[in-house]
Amino acid sequence: MENKPQITRSAAGASADSLLDVDQTYREQAAYYGRFLWRDKSGIIGLIMFLTVVFAAVFAPWIAPYDPLEQNLRESKVPPVWQAEGSWDHILGTDNLGRDIFSRLIYGARVSLTVAFFGVLIAASLGLIIGSIAGYMGGRIDSVIMNFINLILSLPYLLFVVFIAAILGRSLINVILIFGITDSPIFARVTRGEVLRMRQSGYVESAISAGARWPRIIFDHITPNLIGPLITLATFEMSAMIFYEAGLGFLGLSVPPSVPSWGNMLAAGRKYLQCCPWIAGAPGLAIMFTSMGMNLLGDWLRDVLDPRLRRSRK
Amino acid sequence: MQRYFLSKLGQSILLLFGVLLLVFAMVRVTGDPATLMMSRQASPEDMEEFRERMGFNDPLLVQFGRFMSGAIVGDFGNSLHFKTPAMPMVLDRLPATLQLAFTALVFAVVIGVPLGLIGGFNPGSYIDNIARGLALLGQSVPNFWLALIMILYFAVELRWFPSFGRDEWKSVVMPAFVLGLPVMGQIVRMARSSVLEIRGEDYIRTARSKGLERRTIYTKHVFRNVAIPLVSVIGVQFGYMLGGSIYIEAIFAWPGMGQLLEQSIGWRDFPLVQALAVFTAVVVLALNLLTDMTYAFIDPRIRYGK
Repeated sequence: MENKPQITRSAAGASADSLLDVDQTYREQAAYYGRFLWRDKSGIIGLIMFLTVVFAAVFAPWIAPYDPLEQNLRESKVPPVWQAEGSWDHILGTDNLGRDIFSRLIYGARVSLTVAFFGVLIAASLGLIIGSIAGYMGGRIDSVIMNFINLILSLPYLLFVVFIAAILGRSLINVILIFGITDSPIFARVTRGEVLRMRQSGYVESAISAGARWPRIIFDHITPNLIGPLITLATFEMSAMIFYEAGLGFLGLSVPPSVPSWGNMLAAGRKYLQCCPWIAGAPGLAIMFTSMGMNLLGDWLRDVLDPRLRRSRK
Repeated sequence: MQRYFLSKLGQSILLLFGVLLLVFAMVRVTGDPATLMMSRQASPEDMEEFRERMGFNDPLLVQFGRFMSGAIVGDFGNSLHFKTPAMPMVLDRLPATLQLAFTALVFAVVIGVPLGLIGGFNPGSYIDNIARGLALLGQSVPNFWLALIMILYFAVELRWFPSFGRDEWKSVVMPAFVLGLPVMGQIVRMARSSVLEIRGEDYIRTARSKGLERRTIYTKHVFRNVAIPLVSVIGVQFGYMLGGSIYIEAIFAWPGMGQLLEQSIGWRDFPLVQALAVFTAVVVLALNLLTDMTYAFIDPRIRYGK
């Protein structure tokens, strides 16, 4: 990702891509992206999948037919509706404590998206600060920061996340903090690459020679051009965090066991794999659905926001 | 070349120092390592005795000095669960993890590289669509979940493979497949996008216009440049597999370092966890050095650069 120059709005005047002209209004731009989305069907599918999960998470209390925590031991281990003993009362069946799996899935989306959203928010903010400092200062500071970041990224990530999570204990805040901090080097690396490239580009140079001070250069010229690559990265990282959160939950190291999260559901279902595979099956499919949607969306965003890649795809 | 290697080596040693510091500090970050490691039922007298025995009552600097001087010779103290030195136990588990990660890597490379290359040379073809679909699947399927499903199907129902352990050659098939799948996805994507990118470069056009044979263009110009990002992905992914096989080893009861990590966290056996974390970091750092060397070997720009 690092060595692909971005031709974004302000730089587009110099490029041959006449569709992205400097004088274009935002509305025209939006219409253009819309057309592009329509042409790339996998992007649309990804967007729909992602929005479905967001919708489920936001409106969970209205969609879920049952309280996700309500136990009913008389109706435990009911199979999903398409099996012989299943019923429409519990579309996806119930778990070992008689809790409705469909309702728990919907509430689980809240946990996953909360972790992913705030985790990425923290990671992106930290990465933006560190990366801009490295990219803008250059020289020795830059090489020290970057060497360090590349080395951190080379460490076995999961092992240290598990290690830290085991010590800090199970809570939502801890999970968000762990992911937010450990994921920030990736954002720092991308930010730094973009800042470095922009510093050498004509428009920043001309802004400097026109007498613009650094706050103006950073906020007016550099930040708007960072948004594209960072949004793309954020999409992929959110998908990765949903994965990792579920993985931690699976090991019993994520949110407390009482919280209906996909990882906790998987961990619980693992014990009943042989008798009732649907308990572990449902959350796995939910993770897969979300992750696939976000990956498709991320691919699409990358294509749209990086015109150079777009051309090479044809 | 020598300077390049030495600077990389120096950086790795510095980072290792950072890892040791982190591993030392994390155990103490909650304030009292004794409550972290002892069971909740432990009496205050037992706690105090434990603190004294582990040296947690000494000044932090003394503790750190003791930790570091032990770490240099690979001594991380005794495992709390087994009451024997932690490091030899970690080393015992290394072959199993290496075997698993290596098999998974071979699977990922043998399937992923050709698929990615073919896809990159023929974008839009049906092989390309298969490759992209597989890559997406590999990245979207949670592999710990896939492991459960495979056990249910191939071990319990069909009885093709054993569901756990490491007793026969068939044991490695399922865990390696599950562990290698996301890596395969990564490799396909990387190979495909690099071929696409390099195909559009000016030097390929030049090579074509001066009448070079297709085969020569591929082997001399394309493959060589695709190899650079690929080697780096493979190196990084191998490192991830060594440290990230926790779920897979736990699910398949594969007697490697990942399973030991899962167990030792359950036992709150933090000396063992520390030894595992540091040792895995050492292995991965060594692996990265090796990747960097391969890099320099393939890419003359690195070899002759500063």
